[in-house]
Amino acid sequence: MTLELLEGHPVHRLASRYYDRDLRIQPVRHDPLYASTLLRSPTHPPLAVGETIADLSGPVFGHLKPGPLDNDLIGNFASGGLALGERIIIHGTVQDQNGRPVPETLIEIWQANAGGRYRHVRDGYLAPLDPNFSGCGRCLTDRDGRYTFKTIRPGPYPFKNGGCAWRPSHIHFSVFGATFTQRLVTQAYFEGDPLIPLCPIANTIKDPRALRTLVATLDMSAAIEFDALAYRFDIVLRGRHATFFENRTEGV
Amino acid sequence: MLPETPAQTAGPYVHIGTFPYAAGLTIGWNARLHELVRDKEPGEHIEINGMIYDGGNAPVTDAMIELWQADTNGGFHRSSFPGWGRAVSDFTTGEWTFRTVRPGPVLRRDGSVMAPHIMLAIFARGVNGHLSTLMYFPDDPDANSRDPILSALEPARRVTLVAKRQPNAEIHSYRFDIFLQGDSETVFFNI
Ligand SMILES: [Fe+3]
Repeated sequence: MTLELLEGHPVHRLASRYYDRDLRIQPVRHDPLYASTLLRSPTHPPLAVGETIADLSGPVFGHLKPGPLDNDLIGNFASGGLALGERIIIHGTVQDQNGRPVPETLIEIWQANAGGRYRHVRDGYLAPLDPNFSGCGRCLTDRDGRYTFKTIRPGPYPFKNGGCAWRPSHIHFSVFGATFTQRLVTQAYFEGDPLIPLCPIANTIKDPRALRTLVATLDMSAAIEFDALAYRFDIVLRGRHATFFENRTEGV
Repeated sequence: MLPETPAQTAGPYVHIGTFPYAAGLTIGWNARLHELVRDKEPGEHIEINGMIYDGGNAPVTDAMIELWQADTNGGFHRSSFPGWGRAVSDFTTGEWTFRTVRPGPVLRRDGSVMAPHIMLAIFARGVNGHLSTLMYFPDDPDANSRDPILSALEPARRVTLVAKRQPNAEIHSYRFDIFLQGDSETVFFNI
């Protein structure tokens, strides 16, 4: 191991430290109300650590050319028909905590169909599969950090939690950001859904204001006449401190 | 400063969106995301496999694991090597596998050097925000002892981050089992 090996190593872009994650707005890890956490939550708190490779860099997908239907879940699995259910647009922006848009970042979504059933080998819920719906979509944000998906509103579904536990309608979101430190996997809920306050998973977030940021709001301005309602879901990834050293050479 | 969007569990069907092939889907990613190397990729090719165990010592069979690492020279995005991969814990056994290259040491901005290592992030039902850990190699104890993160840990916890060599005639092979709870709970970082 020599430093010569690393000489002229360009400073990895966006290499400054990120704001510490505010754990008060994050879900608690261990929650007796959500049974699956009991054996799956580490008992040691996560260790604070200095700079890691997650701050220095992260996967980029700018070269990825999503197919024309990758963000159209009504059409991307169509086999002779269109997905059943309430047609919706879900759209918004991805920005960092400093309000800067995050362009060309990969968003992946997955969801149940209108009946609350996932197209997954392990989902055996009573509701039928929709032959025209997979529930899988992806897109890159544009240069202004915007994204949009066309889909159907997923149905609620019950899950094993001891007792009568139901998930509100939700869409799972995975977002990358510029470095791995910004990586986020979360869920978008729907404004006005009475199941949200009852859901053990949504309520692993104890701060009501933080939970509200996961609720997509009805956005009639983006609805498509005689086609689809629209919901808006904006995403904020971790921001970094102001001092950064883009394109300087390390060790010089 | 805007508040960060909070995380939620990836749930048991994470594969639909992130590894559709494993969910039984024919659309979306069709690549074998756990194989980061093709035959001609420069560097020493290695295999890593392991299991994730819950607090009852049961294998986690519905996780998705992401890998992020430097290339063979300790750099990022300097060649065709993606540095990023995904694996799925087998739905029956819980076993997961990556094929990649051994990363080089990484220079931090403060001038310290991180020993060769691989970052892993776990996404699963019951895991409300992904769990991040670092896997180091057993073959280079000197580099490990100088590593700023590993050397700051007490020995009993440090060992949870060091993979074990395992016999394999074809390729250098490492085992890295992850324990979510218990006496040998893996060290997870606030990354
Ligand atoms: Fe779900």
